[in-house]
Amino acid sequence: MQFLPELALLGASLAIFLVSLGTANATKIKTIAMGLGGAVFVAALLSIGAQGNLFYDSYKVDLYSQIFKILIAGAMLVVLILGRELKDIKETVHPEYYLFMFLGVLGLMMLVSSIELLAIFIALELSSFAVYLMVPMRDDNGKNRFQMEAGIKYLLFGVTATAFMLFGMSYMFGLTGSTHLPAVISALSQMYTQPAAVIAMMMVLAGFFYKLALFPFHFWVPDVYEGASNETTAFIASVPKLAAVALLIRLVSMITGDGQIITTLLMVCAILSMFYGNLSALVQTDIKRMLGFSGIAHAGFILLGLLTFQITGYANALYYIIGYVIMNLACFLVICAVSSKGENVQISDLSGLHKRSPMLALTLAIALFALAGIPPFVGFMGKFMLLAGALKQGYLLLVILAAINTAIAIFYYLSVVRVTFCSEPENTTPLSSSLFTNVTSVVLLLLIIVMGVVPQQFIDLATITVQSMR
Amino acid sequence: MDQLLFNPSYPHILSTLIFLPLAGALLLLFINNDFFARYWALGITALTAVLSLPLVSAFDISSTKFQFAEQVSWIDSLNIQYVIGVDGISILLVMLTTLIMPLCVLASWTYIKTRVQPFMICLLVMETAMLGVFMALDFVLFYILWEAMLIPMYLLIGIWGGPRKIYASIKFFLYTLAGSIMLLVGIIWLYKTNNYSFFIPDMMWKDYSLTAQIYLFIAFFLAFAIKVPMFPFHTWLPAAHVEAPTAGSVILASVLLKMGTYGFLRFALPITPEATTLLMPYVLWLSIAGIIYGGFTAIAQHDMKKLIAYSSVGHMGFVTLGIFVLNINGVEGAILQMINHGITTGALFLCVGMIYERTHSRELRSATGVGKYMPVFVTFLAFFSLSSFGFPGTNSFVGEFMILAGTFKYSTTLALAAIPGAVLAAAYMLRMLQKIIWGGTDNPDQSWLTDLNMREMVTLSPFLFFVFWIGLSPQPFIDLMHSSVVHLLEQFHAHQGQIVAAADLIIR
Repeated sequence: MQFLPELALLGASLAIFLVSLGTANATKIKTIAMGLGGAVFVAALLSIGAQGNLFYDSYKVDLYSQIFKILIAGAMLVVLILGRELKDIKETVHPEYYLFMFLGVLGLMMLVSSIELLAIFIALELSSFAVYLMVPMRDDNGKNRFQMEAGIKYLLFGVTATAFMLFGMSYMFGLTGSTHLPAVISALSQMYTQPAAVIAMMMVLAGFFYKLALFPFHFWVPDVYEGASNETTAFIASVPKLAAVALLIRLVSMITGDGQIITTLLMVCAILSMFYGNLSALVQTDIKRMLGFSGIAHAGFILLGLLTFQITGYANALYYIIGYVIMNLACFLVICAVSSKGENVQISDLSGLHKRSPMLALTLAIALFALAGIPPFVGFMGKFMLLAGALKQGYLLLVILAAINTAIAIFYYLSVVRVTFCSEPENTTPLSSSLFTNVTSVVLLLLIIVMGVVPQQFIDLATITVQSMR
Repeated sequence: MDQLLFNPSYPHILSTLIFLPLAGALLLLFINNDFFARYWALGITALTAVLSLPLVSAFDISSTKFQFAEQVSWIDSLNIQYVIGVDGISILLVMLTTLIMPLCVLASWTYIKTRVQPFMICLLVMETAMLGVFMALDFVLFYILWEAMLIPMYLLIGIWGGPRKIYASIKFFLYTLAGSIMLLVGIIWLYKTNNYSFFIPDMMWKDYSLTAQIYLFIAFFLAFAIKVPMFPFHTWLPAAHVEAPTAGSVILASVLLKMGTYGFLRFALPITPEATTLLMPYVLWLSIAGIIYGGFTAIAQHDMKKLIAYSSVGHMGFVTLGIFVLNINGVEGAILQMINHGITTGALFLCVGMIYERTHSRELRSATGVGKYMPVFVTFLAFFSLSSFGFPGTNSFVGEFMILAGTFKYSTTLALAAIPGAVLAAAYMLRMLQKIIWGGTDNPDQSWLTDLNMREMVTLSPFLFFVFWIGLSPQPFIDLMHSSVVHLLEQFHAHQGQIVAAADLIIR
């Protein structure tokens, strides 16, 4: 039971592998993949109460990890549904695409349970390599081949970040003589006055900053988002970020005592992320690039919760990343549905969407308003709680700068809403969205609204989750 | 929580008013039928209006507490509550909102031809948010509704607006939102300082340090002055008014602008009294600048909606003037003038909308000389125009008179500076009236115009009724607000303390 979701994923990967040997057609593969995705989600739900340590205590199954596994499985299921057409992926490699996706998710699930440095490293690599391969699988009919550039960039930056992390881990081991996180943490907590400990911690954090796309490890974001196919981008923009936040919370919560330098560094990263992301997003014309930059800004907001070093701060960060993933998936649902052959969607392509498909336009508008932090949606509640938490710790300047960023961000979200609602369509063919898509978008919208209007239960859950990690 | 007065005979009246339109909007979401949408929206808004009437009859005019209060815990971890109530300052604004909404639906009856269902949904959601803003006693609840209102208003302008709707709607949204961002930081600061409570009455009349008060006042001022809008933050208003559909203009003029002045009364005065005392001379002179500027700009306009929009800048200048002279006449006049402006300017926008529906132009030139063919229309228009520049016997006269009386008490110079505004108002209103009724020798052929139909007359009549009611017998309205205003000012002057001397030094 303790290992059920991972086993389900492994089984799913094997099943897909078997399918890839045969000559099943696209529809069949799609159905199998979605079925397996659903099964993994159910498996994750079933094992929510599991507790225990595995693999010589390098693997810890607790409420914290199980909740994250459910979130990851849920996000993967949504990605599978919204990108089920795999419009811009060659039909012959569909099974392989799903295979890598399942393997990548397996890595992420293992990541949230790992409490040993090497286990963390292996899980991270498993997830990264699978995704490195998903990016260049785009077809593009041999035109620009920019997915290759994206793939290489993703790989090189990823490998560099991992190298940083390994280097940091070696310092940690050198300082504490252990690779087991609880032991490392208790030993390190005495040492935060030493530069070596701070450097070690920051380098390990860097690996996850990369996954979360936080300044200064964000350089891959725009090109990868643009170069990867829409479904792959939806995956990269949501699922790995959940795992990254899980590990960041795990690591940061270990910093106790005198972590002032780290706090300052995190603050600088947060502010630069927000400003860089928001200011760059202002001038984008490709909606995926825009969402990529906005993701950098949102990652900065998540740091706001982490750098309070309080349980409530971590809970707020958790609440915020869940909200962010939901809002982001809703945007990508629309992007995937609008792009007829899997091509990139320019913001101008969305013009008059409300006439072509009112449902998609509504989904996009609510998701963008939520991302912009307009009440009563989840984005506002999340931002509000993060700001309140940071101000409680006395970071007034930080809060003011973050608030200014919210104002900057409104502009580019709003200009997309403007295009969808206030312009006349260039292409007037009505977009028919399938029942599946409509149901998914209604579910996502309900989540966005419910989480924003009655956040108490969700915050309680997040707090319990974070507390269970201790 | 002793600032709340629970009314046992109407335990949930305010929540009903807030949620009835929202429930109506949700139900309307599932029925895509133009005919149904119109009648449904009219029915819901009319029902809300009727249900709001007991507020006036059961209102205890001697109490300064928040009446008809309701209190439910909402987000425990942050101590955010769903707490609402009305006092003498907000009750008239609540009534104005509930009564004006059915008329907005009527005004959009034939004006909105495409996508009637989403339009009506936006109107209903607007009503929920606007009522909530005036009733909210929890700062987070207030802020949520204050911001949430932007979305339906943005859509009203952006989808059903005129030719430059995109520019206007974006400007409206960005301006208002950017202004209120610092308000959010201020709210969180107050929360932290006040023992982690967002309950607004608990934040009032506390001894915050003067520096903190000044920063808070600036945050409040940015948010509310943009909403009012005060000169020089008014530039979004003409654009938004001109491009919005009639119902949007009416809501904007009658209710949304009042939120800024309401914010000053509800938050700036009680929470930052010392900063208010210190900074009020600047605010007062900005008000004067708004009055004069609005008047001169309105004279030069050829677009009727723009003319009325700029006249709003002037009228709202009078309101802020009345608030910040900080005496009983000024504040009561300001609240009354908020209502008056809602009635008169709302009605004027309706009149322009009716012309626009016929001629499809807002240009003054294309509407000249209609008096001969639309006698009923010009009769209405004449009364509303007279009211707009404060002709004795109409509502605005009472309001402006009280404000000027209050201003004279405070400073003769200031009052003399405001007087030209009243003259300018007469100038631009009479100019418009003259052109529309008679025009000149070069009038376009207006003989094909039809006069107002029954629905349009029904829409305008309630406005006319209130123009004369408030104009001839304002006492019942003043009675409603009197206790609260007296209480506000007493508390205010008690908290001014030492700061008065310092402020005097700075002024002289």
